[in-house]
Amino acid sequence: MEAVINEIKKPENLVYGKTKVLTDNVMHYCPGCSHGVVHKVLSEIIEEMDIQDQTIGVAPVGCSVLIYNYIDIDWQEAAHGRAPALATAMKRLRPDRYIFTYQGDGDLAAIGTAETIHACNRGENIVIIFINNGIYGMTGGQMAPTTIEGMKSSTCPFGREPVHDGNPLKMTELLAQLPGTAYVTRQSVHTAGAVRKTKKAIRKAFEKQKENKGTSVVEVVSTCNSGWKMTPVEANKWMEENMFPFYPLGDIKDV
Amino acid sequence: MAKMIGTIEVDIETCKGCSLCVEACPTNVIALADEVNGKGYNYAYMANPDACNGCTNCALVCPDSCITVYRKKVEMV
Ligand SMILES: Cc1ncc(C[n+]2csc(CCOP(=O)(O)OP(=O)(O)O)c2C)c(N)n1
Ligand code: SF4
Ligand code: SF4
Ligand code: SF4
Repeated sequence: MEAVINEIKKPENLVYGKTKVLTDNVMHYCPGCSHGVVHKVLSEIIEEMDIQDQTIGVAPVGCSVLIYNYIDIDWQEAAHGRAPALATAMKRLRPDRYIFTYQGDGDLAAIGTAETIHACNRGENIVIIFINNGIYGMTGGQMAPTTIEGMKSSTCPFGREPVHDGNPLKMTELLAQLPGTAYVTRQSVHTAGAVRKTKKAIRKAFEKQKENKGTSVVEVVSTCNSGWKMTPVEANKWMEENMFPFYPLGDIKDV
Repeated sequence: MAKMIGTIEVDIETCKGCSLCVEACPTNVIALADEVNGKGYNYAYMANPDACNGCTNCALVCPDSCITVYRKKVEMV
């Protein structure tokens, strides 16, 4: 077998390897965290479009606050939730650059709701990547606006109960209503097929920016296995069974 | 008839033993080792290398980008 493996393991047979746009820094994320998969997909698109020198990301506050250590492009760090406001200024000052924000659901749908809605309503020509794991991962798994009914978190340990805790917010559907959004989609990265679809979606969002179409929003329904207190494999199953019925995958708007 | 044969290389030190690649492999090639890496994680390895067809599913779902995939077409006789 060793001989056969060495026969296959040759440069001409390489079909998949780590993209050069990802740095060699080991990511601080928990084992199995969806953030790492989305970082990879995003980096592969930047490599394939050959826009590493022309892309500037806006990092959020949340677990992915250190994203600038992992994706080798230019970055700005926004105050919590303010990434779309910062990205607005960046794109207006440098329309020749690809500008995107990378935000969790606490960042985008709680503290940053106003910035998100107004940037999308103005139709700023930016890409918003929205990692929806239904929880505040970084601070200890508190309930977020996106926490679904019945879902447990550290601040609703018996499960979210709408009469007491309010209703979960479908931010992406809401943003699709706004005239400024060009492409709005919801994807996931729990299987190889889903990863391929997310890659197509993020690529399309960047292409829309190139064509000056307005705001693109790519939600990625994600897991926070630590916050959910599950193994990564269990978290993917739980997400499929419980999150997808409330957050169905697919394109919501494409103009 | 032609057949695809594949093999993977896992960067053992960056692997966090999350098992997502084990779950994603359609031909049950991968398992977690009994041994641990420098960080204490049971890393992924090819427990059943003959079954790999180089489909890349494992590498696509790996959050830490530690899998490299090779694939080759061979003629069956
Ligand atoms: C102004 C301000 N308020 C509150 C916090 C505390 N805080 C840090 S991260 C976070 C929420 C992060 O959740 P999310 O955006 O869903 O990202 P995740 O960690 O799940 O990836 C909060 C409330 C802060 N850092 N700054
Ligand atoms: S706490 Fe949750 S979101 Fe944060 S790194 Fe861990 S799994 Fe990922
Ligand atoms: S998916 Fe990656 S990090 Fe997780 S066990 Fe497999 S090789 Fe290791
Ligand atoms: S390349 Fe495909 S067949 Fe080979 S180990 Fe990975 S998932 Fe399994």
